[in-house]
Amino acid sequence: MMKNVIEVRDLVVVRGSREVLPGISLDIGAGVAGLLGPSGCGKTTLMRCLVGAQRVRSGTVEVLGEPAGSPPLRTRVGYVTQAASVYDDLTVAENLAFFARVLGVDPGQVDEAVAAVGLDDHRSQVVGSLSGGQRSRVSLAVALLGTPDVLVLDEPTVGLDPVLRRDLWELFHRIAEGGAAVLVSSHVMDEAERSDRLLLMREGRIIADGSPEQIRERTGARDIEQAFLRLVEGQEEVA
Amino acid sequence: MNARITLAVAGRVLRQVRRDHRTLAMLLVVPCALISLLWWMFEDLDPDLFDRFGPGLLAMFPFIVMFLVTSVTTLRERSSGTLERLLTMPLGKLDFLLGYALAFGLLAAVQSALAVAVSVGLLGLEVQGPVWLLGVVAVADAVLGTALGLLVSAFATTEFQAVQFMPAFVLPQILLCGLFVPREAMPGVLEAISDVLPLSYAVDAMQVLVGAADTGEVWRDVTVVACFAVAALALGAATLRRRTP
Repeated sequence: MMKNVIEVRDLVVVRGSREVLPGISLDIGAGVAGLLGPSGCGKTTLMRCLVGAQRVRSGTVEVLGEPAGSPPLRTRVGYVTQAASVYDDLTVAENLAFFARVLGVDPGQVDEAVAAVGLDDHRSQVVGSLSGGQRSRVSLAVALLGTPDVLVLDEPTVGLDPVLRRDLWELFHRIAEGGAAVLVSSHVMDEAERSDRLLLMREGRIIADGSPEQIRERTGARDIEQAFLRLVEGQEEVA
Repeated sequence: MNARITLAVAGRVLRQVRRDHRTLAMLLVVPCALISLLWWMFEDLDPDLFDRFGPGLLAMFPFIVMFLVTSVTTLRERSSGTLERLLTMPLGKLDFLLGYALAFGLLAAVQSALAVAVSVGLLGLEVQGPVWLLGVVAVADAVLGTALGLLVSAFATTEFQAVQFMPAFVLPQILLCGLFVPREAMPGVLEAISDVLPLSYAVDAMQVLVGAADTGEVWRDVTVVACFAVAALALGAATLRRRTP
């Protein structure tokens, strides 16, 4: 049996006085997994846990069999934060060249990463002069350096035009076909259909987990938005 | 720690500064202009005063400028998410800190070389000790400024706050460093405080260098400044957390 790429057990995260993740457990394997839920539901916090950037109260997070954030994982996990996390005063190519040196990755990969996100024409442009969507693609290109085994992408498609969004999802699937696990978060429900596996999140809990078809069938909904609503209503009735 | 990563950080910081032409010009031209202003101000009064205040100014420039530049740039790294990203990569905290110290140390070396060239070459500042040692002192001051800037940026959440640390941290050091009132002549408490402030040693090093050919005391001062810088870097490293709340 294949071991899960990501294993989270009883994860509790408290920020300030608020329990953002009240004890979450989940497994994620290879393929493209979508993490969907409204803003503020804990998606970013969960993702920060996976890359070892979040202080946790209790529970364990393992990635590729190692504790999240441990040194062996630092070249194997690509991470895109919600902010672009690139240097606005450097060009696209300079940004990538810098991160490639930090990662110890062959400089030749810079061109591949730029091409993968479709920014060939902008490689010598200063990032600050790019549009918001282009900047987030620069950030994504950085995460692709070194062909990581796990990609953790926090809302990488927000605010992008539909064509670009489709292209990026195709890219995620291509990366996953190479054997990587790609976790993509979004608060836009219509993106759900593009993932192999779907995790619906609300108020720090996973309320549904399965393929988009499974979730629709289980709830009898015609789309994921409706499925989400039914799940929430069901929860509230129980409560 | 890893030399490749440290150099990558230093190279990137220098490239960012080079991109910013206005900042670069200010970094290099402003010290020269100010030292000329000082010379001009004392010109008709008593030219000896320039020899007294000039060295102090040469010690302050790299310290103040690098403090400001570093606290703002590292704050920007924290708020833009680049630091969080870097800390999920195989970057050691020391790589980050030393990269910055290296970049701004180099910049300070160029800045001081210009300011010293203007002071000694054009304005007739008489230096008894070796002139190159002025550069060494300036670089030590710059690294100190960088180290303190890195440290205080951890306690600022906005760029406004970061800039406020300049009057809070730097101005008292300027007042108490012995330039306005000789340290021996200060009230005992202030002299004691002055003794534990790094800028006092930086200014003292410059003044000794200009006044006497003996370099022993200069090296002692430089060592003290370097120790402060190392301590600030160590504390700065403690404020860089891979895991944040």
